Amino acid sequence: MSVLDSRTPAGPMAERWTRHKFDLRLINPANRRKFHLIVVGTGLAGSSAAASLAELGYRVTVLCIQDSPRRAHSIAAQGGINAAKNYPNDGDSVHRLFYDTVKGGDFRARESNVHRLAEVSTSIIDQCVAQGVPFAREYGGLLANRSFGGAQVSRTFYARGQTGQQLLLGAYSALERQVGAGRVKLLARREMLELVVVEGVARGIIARNLVTGEYERHAGDAVLLCTGGYGNVFYLSTNAKACNVTAAWRAHRRGAYFANPCFTQIHPTCIPVSGEHQSKLTLMSESLRNDGRVWVPAEAGDGRAAAEIPEEQRDYYLERKYPSFGNLVPRDVASRSAKEQCDRKKGVGESGMAVYLDFRDAIARDGEAAIRARYGNLFQMYERITGENPYRVPMRIYPAVHYTMGGLWVDYNLESTIPGLFVLGEANFSDHGANRLGASALMQGLADGYFVVPATIAAHLAGRKLAPLASDHAAFDEAESAARERITRILAVQGKRSADSLHRELGLLMWNHCGMARERAGLGKALDEIRALRSEFWENVRVPGDSKDFNQTLEHAGRVADFLEFAELLALDAREREESCGGHFRVEHQTPEGEAQRDDEHFAHVAAWEFQGQGATPRRHLEPLNFEVVHPSTRSYK
Amino acid sequence: MRITLRVWRQPGPAASGAFETHTLESVSPDMSFLELLDVLNERLVGEGKSPISFDHDCREGICGACSLVIDGQAHGPDDETTTCQLHMRRYRDGATITVEPFRAQAFPIVRDLVVDRSAFDRIIAAGGFVSVNTGSAPEANSLPVARSLAEEAMDNAACIGCGACVAACPNASAMLFVAAKISHLQLLPQGAPERETRVLALVAAMDREGFGNCTNHYECGAACPKGIPVASIARMNREFVRATLRASPPRAATTDGA
Repeated sequence: MSVLDSRTPAGPMAERWTRHKFDLRLINPANRRKFHLIVVGTGLAGSSAAASLAELGYRVTVLCIQDSPRRAHSIAAQGGINAAKNYPNDGDSVHRLFYDTVKGGDFRARESNVHRLAEVSTSIIDQCVAQGVPFAREYGGLLANRSFGGAQVSRTFYARGQTGQQLLLGAYSALERQVGAGRVKLLARREMLELVVVEGVARGIIARNLVTGEYERHAGDAVLLCTGGYGNVFYLSTNAKACNVTAAWRAHRRGAYFANPCFTQIHPTCIPVSGEHQSKLTLMSESLRNDGRVWVPAEAGDGRAAAEIPEEQRDYYLERKYPSFGNLVPRDVASRSAKEQCDRKKGVGESGMAVYLDFRDAIARDGEAAIRARYGNLFQMYERITGENPYRVPMRIYPAVHYTMGGLWVDYNLESTIPGLFVLGEANFSDHGANRLGASALMQGLADGYFVVPATIAAHLAGRKLAPLASDHAAFDEAESAARERITRILAVQGKRSADSLHRELGLLMWNHCGMARERAGLGKALDEIRALRSEFWENVRVPGDSKDFNQTLEHAGRVADFLEFAELLALDAREREESCGGHFRVEHQTPEGEAQRDDEHFAHVAAWEFQGQGATPRRHLEPLNFEVVHPSTRSYK
Repeated sequence: MRITLRVWRQPGPAASGAFETHTLESVSPDMSFLELLDVLNERLVGEGKSPISFDHDCREGICGACSLVIDGQAHGPDDETTTCQLHMRRYRDGATITVEPFRAQAFPIVRDLVVDRSAFDRIIAAGGFVSVNTGSAPEANSLPVARSLAEEAMDNAACIGCGACVAACPNASAMLFVAAKISHLQLLPQGAPERETRVLALVAAMDREGFGNCTNHYECGAACPKGIPVASIARMNREFVRATLRASPPRAATTDGA
């Protein structure tokens, strides 16, 4: 075990980022074109980084697995993006956004990073508006804000229920502008399979062209991973089908530490599972909790339809348990409470694994037209999926895996433990601690890409002597043959089970043992089952076709193989963290009232895992967290 | 439910294709159309056969990856619904459904139901943006935008770039896609400085990619899963004529001599 250096600048919190930018090396504009940067992923972080770096004059190659960079999963974010503009004059400030984010993360995030995030939040809104992002506006023509996810100030900017789409299309348009100008080379339908490390520095990647099956070598002066989170280790999640851990995991195997993998976020308002065919879960924006009331029947096993249950036989359990926050408690608290009700057999719907989110009172108060104006597209989406009309009957909702706070460890410059490998957005671990607040993911992805990495990457490019490198270097030979060998091995198994069925099985065991409630014995069982399932994969997977053309089954099988390795690390991290905090709830560590019990004395740290070879136990390193400004307290939403 | 699928199979861009028929028993009405294809693919893998390739990703109607022409309609029979949001309860027990890729010269087939829509990206790269570098933006509220204009811009910005408009059009025209981008940026004050250059560049790129022209069938509007108004095409034509008639052709950017 060693202690990691986060390279956090010293000085007063509010001045650190400004000072750090001044202390960073600069690169002469004429010299920037000599550097070639490789960006993997085109979500908010990747698109904004690639565009901004190309504008500065760097040569950029950007790769994405979808057929177009515009389809990255950031597109699906609904609710909004936070910024400390204080337009509503309700007492918001950079300091308050910083404070709320540190507290919301249950004191497991690095203060300096969070402060920087809050600082640049306002510039993000300026940038997006200038690009033509059509944010919601007031009648006077100025930007509208709403309160979101339990925040007590209205700091969320939004574009109907499609904020992620509009922000991504803004970043995508900036990226395409650079493509058109010849400063960015865009490669779609490519998957990164290996990181190439030369003399300890990340200098390239091996990618596979998903249409032709060809292996490609990309050499450069830095690699930026903007490849999103690992929520699909649970199979069912709100993530898109292509979301995966492969790029991050391959980098981890080459020396990048993986931090806090057990910090996963379960979103309380998703459409429940309808059957075995279920391929993914759909989120209903948590803005719905502003007007919807969450309830279950007061009696266990009450099988009546919602309309037949009289008012006094309904339990509005969030309002009852948390009178001051009510239905707007943070995501982790709302999710756990829903599970608790269903565990007590009070769940509703056919499966009993759902609670009601009821708009009856809001419709009576504001009228159906007002509710339709606020949530029309969400109600429509719900009806399309379930066949039920939420204006007439309450929605049924249940928690689902949504976001992963853990990720590759990065220092203040967003550089991983491999020099030259930068990690942005959801793929890194840095800003959300053990729980992410609503409308903060979009903020972080764009902060990293537009404003942080364009400044910090100079520390690497100017500070290290990078010898010219051609893609026929031995390190590329070795990495390419590792990638080829892996795919050949998968195809050679020719067993009886599909990769999808193995993925489903992995997801279910992760959900049962590493989901909303975790305990030591269950985690130990999960570790055994994951190892057994991994053997099953390598003995019994069946992938038709070959690797020489478009083969979606092969792509998926490769990602499942990596999830089967990564899952073990997640379970291990969850077992070692003997406390409850944020999205990580250990049954052994709760207060008498059933709330999460943190252990600041022993666990106020980031756990960053170092790969020790296949089958060997990884090493757990620590980065202690010092809270200089926001002093750890117990979150209370009562 | 029992469902019979007639699915287009084509091993590659140059190969010839044909329909293949599969029948599925005990289909749940709560399945999405793509989940039906998942179930079929699981069966094909089990039989050691090649599964059907199709594009999909978010499965909640926003990424624009899914496509398919279902019984002759792009994204199937429901209004303003992508294929991933189409559910089997829409069909009767015993139905036979024909599934084809989006067909257009500018969207070459990759395999089976997967087509190459990168022409759309190249159109956007030609000018579907506001030229503003990171960091140079003014304070967000320094530029008020009438709420009605912002809403109308949003109606157009909602385009998911799926290409259903092209697949539905007898001319394989991309005019609704291009008009949506032009309208989104033209309606907002941020788009004003590049008003003429943008429309000329986008129309030229659209023609270069081999898309057809609009002859007012309005099939695009009927197929669009996001309800992009066909009136946007009229706006694009107006903007195009206006830009063309403006006396001076757009000037090349001059260097600042630095």
